[in-house]
Amino acid sequence: MATKVEVQNLVKIFGKKEKQALDLVNKGLSKEEILKKTGATVGVNKANFKVEEGEIFVIMGLSGSGKSTLVRMLNRLIEPTKGSILIDGENISDMNNEDLRRVRREKISMVFQNFGLFPHRTILENTEYGLEVQGVDKETRQKKAEAALDNAGLLPYKDQKPNQLSGGMQQRVGLARALANDPEILLMDEAFSALDPLIRRDMQDELMQMQDSMQKTIIFITHDLNESLRLGDRIAIMKDGEVVQVGTGEEILTNPANEYVERFVEDVDRSKVLTAENIMIRPQTLRANKQGPRVAAQQMKTEGLSSMLVIDNKQQLQGYVTDEDVLAAVKSNIRNFDSILRTDIPKVSKDTLIYDLYDIIHNTDTPVAVVDENNKLEGIVIRSLVIGALAKEREEESENGE
Amino acid sequence: MENSILDIIPEIPVAEWMANFIDWLTDNLSWLFDALRDGGDAVMDTMTELLLVVPPIVFIVILTAIAFFASGKKWGLPTFTILGLIYIFNQGLWEPLMYTLTLVIVASLLSIVIGVPVGILMAKSEVANFIITPILDFMQTMPAFVYLIPAVAFFGIGMVPGVFSAVIFALPPTVRFTNLGIRQVSDEMVEAAQSFGSTASQQLFKVELPLAKATIMAGINQTVLLALSMVVIASMIGAPGLGERVINALQRAQVGPGFVAGFALVVLAIILDRTLQGFNKE
Repeated sequence: MATKVEVQNLVKIFGKKEKQALDLVNKGLSKEEILKKTGATVGVNKANFKVEEGEIFVIMGLSGSGKSTLVRMLNRLIEPTKGSILIDGENISDMNNEDLRRVRREKISMVFQNFGLFPHRTILENTEYGLEVQGVDKETRQKKAEAALDNAGLLPYKDQKPNQLSGGMQQRVGLARALANDPEILLMDEAFSALDPLIRRDMQDELMQMQDSMQKTIIFITHDLNESLRLGDRIAIMKDGEVVQVGTGEEILTNPANEYVERFVEDVDRSKVLTAENIMIRPQTLRANKQGPRVAAQQMKTEGLSSMLVIDNKQQLQGYVTDEDVLAAVKSNIRNFDSILRTDIPKVSKDTLIYDLYDIIHNTDTPVAVVDENNKLEGIVIRSLVIGALAKEREEESENGE
Repeated sequence: MENSILDIIPEIPVAEWMANFIDWLTDNLSWLFDALRDGGDAVMDTMTELLLVVPPIVFIVILTAIAFFASGKKWGLPTFTILGLIYIFNQGLWEPLMYTLTLVIVASLLSIVIGVPVGILMAKSEVANFIITPILDFMQTMPAFVYLIPAVAFFGIGMVPGVFSAVIFALPPTVRFTNLGIRQVSDEMVEAAQSFGSTASQQLFKVELPLAKATIMAGINQTVLLALSMVVIASMIGAPGLGERVINALQRAQVGPGFVAGFALVVLAIILDRTLQGFNKE
């Protein structure tokens, strides 16, 4: 994958003694020390990272960490004090106004925390704004805007004003507006933070679904670790204007770069609370006495599975079969599972903590079976569920539990 | 008071300087002032004549209909409008009313045409804001009568000096409210406009001015009422209209006619104010 956005030594200083503060930044002083010495606030302190094309890159930090400042420098809503921002190798930071406008019109769109919809314009007029300022003729831009709204399921509301819509719908409009001029990069500044948790979860799902088909480069700002873990292909964690760690969600969870990240992660470490029961799913199973390799092959093909669990007529776990073995068995006309049944499947009880599942799941390629004291199969846990569980919201959990 | 240390400084001839300055302007720019006066008189006379061509009954119906729509199709304001205008007609004040209306409309339009762009300039430029704010303070705190003196010096007596002094007096609210309205547009709106690559003028006309509209309209509303009050004062330098009747009554100590004309002004002020407010709410 190609690098889409590259940020090099990006610095933003707010306040009067800019030069002096910049010298101190270069000497490696902290935000606090610089504030004490000069009275200037360091918004972003020598940020460096690369965003690959087509990934969701999450920038996470608490308020005051500089994440919103950072994202606004990417399209120069805030002027960088120092450093460069390369988009497709073009340096944004020293562009003249005309070139900058071109980049904003064609390459980068932004979605705002409080939606940023113009209250005096209808939903359709909001959606076509980006095309309107480019000078696209009315018919074409309406068509494109309607297509974008249709995509978000909002076409019926096109003649309403933003304040007639709920928050979730307003943000869908915000997203549709950003996508209407087909940008390559989407900047999302706390885009879902103003929404209530259930809607937020829906929007996250929708974003990921859309991303599957559109493959934009998305830079997503949030203060919510759960959201970062759900959405982010990679996550950058910011503190006091500095990027303290960049990595995948798993890397950050398992290997925090410093104490700050560790504390951050610890706050939401629910792996020590949740158990296998909370996250297990109903498995696709084969009955040893009724079904054979042909059925197994058929089911694996339709469900897209690489292995299936085998149980007996009392629901007790016998073992599992893999797709390769099943196909081989079909070829050699074997009618039962006896010769290909594997039994090296890890078993846990439903009270096992997710924290304890880490090691088990890490050391195996198969799913983990959840069984009761009589070896009766109750469910399975797969790797993605363990990760997903960490990103779950408390509210949704109670809802799912009902 | 004698022998005070303050006596060391001789009296500074501020009055003389100001008089000299105005004299200089009158001498050197008389061609401009004359042209403005002649043009202005011609325009305003024509306008008043046109207003007077409309039969009063038609005029009353039109204004009542406007009031009806402005008040959101309620009956209070239209009823007041129709009764008030019939009263004015009944008292033989129709022609002065039209003169006053002409003066108010011209003064208000000039104030808006000058005031809105100046307000925009102040909102966009801190330097302009820094320079213009004290000028506005000056314009608003200087007693209104004082403007009449240079107005006479430049334009003689009549409608044009009346409009001139009314514009100076009525301009500040439009400027201030335009400035305020644009500054009040939230950062997120401005960022949204910029993030899509708006030019400065696209940002202004498509986002900032529409969002500042209500505030600007509130300023214009004040401007219109201030223009009305100044037009009355300007009758002292020969501006025709309802104010002229008030001044005449004042000079002759006639309580009755004074009240009649004064009340007509109140009626006009209320109709103008409520109608403008009504349109602003929509």
